[in-house]
Amino acid sequence: MKHLLPIALRINGERHDLLVPPWRTLLEVLREHLGLTGAKRSCQEGQCGTCTVLIDGKAVNSCLYLAVEAQGMEIQTIEGLAKGGVLDQIQKSFVQKGGVQCGFCTPGFVLATKSLLNDNPNPSEDEIRVAMVGHLCRCTGYVQIIEAIQDAASQLKHVGGS
Amino acid sequence: MKNQLRNEYDIVGQPTPKKDGALKALGRAEYADDISMPGMLHGKLLRSPHPHAKIVRIDASRAAALPGVRAVVTGKDFPGVKYGNLPQTRDYLPLAVDTVRYIGEEVAAVAAIDEDTAEEALDLIAVEYAPLPAVFDPEDAMRSGAPLLHDKAPGNISAQVAFEFGTVDEAFSRADYVRDDTFETQPVKQGMLEPHACVGLWDDSGKISLWACKMSPYVVWRQLAMGLGVELGNVRVVQTFVGGGFSGGKQEAMPMDFCAVMLSKRTGRPVKLVHTMDEVLTIGHMRHPMKIWLRTGTDKEGRLLAQHCKMIANGGAYSSIGGFSMYLAGAMLNIPYRIPNLRYEAKRVYTNNGFCGALRGHTNTQICFARDSQLELIATDLGVDLIDIRHRNALQPGEKTANGFRIGTFAFDECIDRVVELSGWREKHGKLPKYRGIGFGCGSHISGARLMGHSASAAQIRVQEDGTVQLTTGSTDVGQGADTVLSMIAAEVLGVTVDDVRFARVDSDSTPVDPGTFGSRVTFFTGNAVKRAAEDARRQLAEIAGKRMNVDPDDLVFRRREIISRLDDRQRMSLKEAVRWGAFQTGQLVISHGSYAAGDEKIDFRTGHGNLSPAYNPSACAVEVEVDPETGQVKVVGFWGADDSGFPLNPLAVKGQVIGATVMSFGPALYETLIRIDGKVMNPSFRDYKMPLTTDIPKLDNFQHSNVVTWEPEGPFGAKEAGQGAGTGVIAALANAIYDATGVRMNSLPMSPDRIFFALKQNKEKERAAKQSSAAAE
Repeated sequence: MKHLLPIALRINGERHDLLVPPWRTLLEVLREHLGLTGAKRSCQEGQCGTCTVLIDGKAVNSCLYLAVEAQGMEIQTIEGLAKGGVLDQIQKSFVQKGGVQCGFCTPGFVLATKSLLNDNPNPSEDEIRVAMVGHLCRCTGYVQIIEAIQDAASQLKHVGGS
Repeated sequence: MKNQLRNEYDIVGQPTPKKDGALKALGRAEYADDISMPGMLHGKLLRSPHPHAKIVRIDASRAAALPGVRAVVTGKDFPGVKYGNLPQTRDYLPLAVDTVRYIGEEVAAVAAIDEDTAEEALDLIAVEYAPLPAVFDPEDAMRSGAPLLHDKAPGNISAQVAFEFGTVDEAFSRADYVRDDTFETQPVKQGMLEPHACVGLWDDSGKISLWACKMSPYVVWRQLAMGLGVELGNVRVVQTFVGGGFSGGKQEAMPMDFCAVMLSKRTGRPVKLVHTMDEVLTIGHMRHPMKIWLRTGTDKEGRLLAQHCKMIANGGAYSSIGGFSMYLAGAMLNIPYRIPNLRYEAKRVYTNNGFCGALRGHTNTQICFARDSQLELIATDLGVDLIDIRHRNALQPGEKTANGFRIGTFAFDECIDRVVELSGWREKHGKLPKYRGIGFGCGSHISGARLMGHSASAAQIRVQEDGTVQLTTGSTDVGQGADTVLSMIAAEVLGVTVDDVRFARVDSDSTPVDPGTFGSRVTFFTGNAVKRAAEDARRQLAEIAGKRMNVDPDDLVFRRREIISRLDDRQRMSLKEAVRWGAFQTGQLVISHGSYAAGDEKIDFRTGHGNLSPAYNPSACAVEVEVDPETGQVKVVGFWGADDSGFPLNPLAVKGQVIGATVMSFGPALYETLIRIDGKVMNPSFRDYKMPLTTDIPKLDNFQHSNVVTWEPEGPFGAKEAGQGAGTGVIAALANAIYDATGVRMNSLPMSPDRIFFALKQNKEKERAAKQSSAAAE
């Protein structure tokens, strides 16, 4: 095959050496080459947030990010969030507070929450809304998602303080 | 009585996190697009660029010759059998054969080694079209001389429903007050985030398998067999996780499903097809745009005496479930208000647009918008209080509606009162500052429908030797929480935990056949079936344990994975011991079955008479808005709702359902619409098709929903519908709130900023003209 480019990506702490066409998005490479299907393919134009991953801790739409450009950075996908099979607090809060219905938007929301709480461990309701404005959810009407994020923030603060 | 009963429950009534929540939060739930199989090919569909045209010739030779392309199929590769829901609505082919009837209709399909190659091959398929005159407006389409879409449908009438109950003319003649208004609604998409996706496999033995994100897999199963001309037994449909449904294409077989299996037959490989969001928003399956003319007669106090509704629905190019939609819209006029005399005439018209069918709140949303908007106009004219007029006309438990709905539990008055209280209505309505307003809206919904075809649900339970419970039903979890609530019902009956119950997704080879997920039927119908199956399993277990413990089976209770004698609680054995003893020593396996059919009564669709559902759910809401007079933009600043969902089995999920349904109505009320010019969708993207965002909902403190708890005797553990009814009154509430804020009455959806801006401007001009003329008169 022509047009193939060797690239190296660091994903969830592991190095992956791949041959991909340079125009492939990070989303495509994650899903098609690495079987990491937790990032979802929906609008493919950065409007819905279902394909969110963290690059150096920041939430990005992987459908708008070329895989070649992600070299040399720490990529975290939803598959890398739980440690040893134990849900991260954010994941726990989404489940407990009813923030998960069909689940298609959930990985994106969870990672966006991770990014938000990294920067701002104690976000106000308005700050949560603004941080999540790039994520669509058609099922929940957002209330239980916002409640889940508030819960995650307060649980993490509690852990951090104790 | 209710409280005593409820206190006995360990499981139902407790807020319970969704069973598959952790898997989904981990990103490990496998949706259809996540499936990968060895040797799998990728398919793409070629769509018509014309709203109406004859297909003269298709030459796919260049596409077939492209390296990496493995097969191309066209309509002629299928047996030419039209499929659909009812004999009279079978008007759809897997791929168009000689005519295309809307922009986006599927014409050919390609399978290739990857999506890019398949996409490239589409450009190489040469289709020669002979364009035909097209028609987009339903009223134009009914005129003589209009282009005809289907030979069998003169005047482009796709479906026609008319019924009359009571003495309508007589009632209008004695009415003190009569008014009529016209309301218009727009095309709205389901807006689920997961695009339709499927993997098809036609193996060498002739077995046809489809893995797909379907809400009603058995509907797909039957339609696939029909359109492929094969025996049902050769078809297997496996439900994947479903990334949002809200009816539509996940309810039926779609061209992509047929093409996946046909391309697989051609190539001997599994073939995956996934729609792009552009395709999802362009193709059929959407909410019917309606023009609703509503005449209402009342007495001086605003008591509804008669209604006459004429409705024209823009059905688009094909039927889908649209014939039933026409009945349903008229039926929904009968709840939640008492209309003793009713005449209804509806026409669904074929046009060269994407076709319409069901969408959450199926037709009820449009009807409630018209009716509850008009109710406020009536009350205002008569000087009747807006809340009083609703109480005065509220259906009461035990009533029978004009069309034969038998109203059981129905705490409508309580819902209205609760919303008045929660929202601070009395302090706010008519008293808020200019450009701020509050509006009231009511709705109602069914708890599943009795249909002429498949109505009943069944469930099977096997209790395993480790004490876990394998629950299989034909109902699907589409995110609403069926997996959890059905497991809760089984767990409650069998005295185990929700985690002890394994809920299987549908596989037509092994699960019980079922109509699927629609019409708010699953908790009610399948829930009852699960309850009965669990009771049967409990009876079998009690028999085994009774024998083993030498206790009368009737004296055994099931609690915390144990079977205990109610006479002497030292006499007990674990559930798993009982299962093992039964299986090992007597060969008695605990396998049970339960079913629910809601009685054998059916609707007479010719007269529209009959009791559609075993239970009805009323709802009320108030919404507070702020309107920006400079831009016409509406901000929703408060929402207070109440509904009677019976006894909420899983309050966490019920909250998610009612709030989800509510917010889903904000969009079509204020901005959501498919913009179409000559049949072409101009905004097939989430960038331009606007759906509510986190910033579009009120602050949590001002967003409340309350369940008025009743005990529905026909429902499983007293439950009723929860997923749709709460959203039905929301659009009217917003229209009424905008009126309270601005004095502008919006009869057309969406109530978008441009429309509100111009209406405000018109109002100002009218006021100015009135002032000038009164000054001139002086």
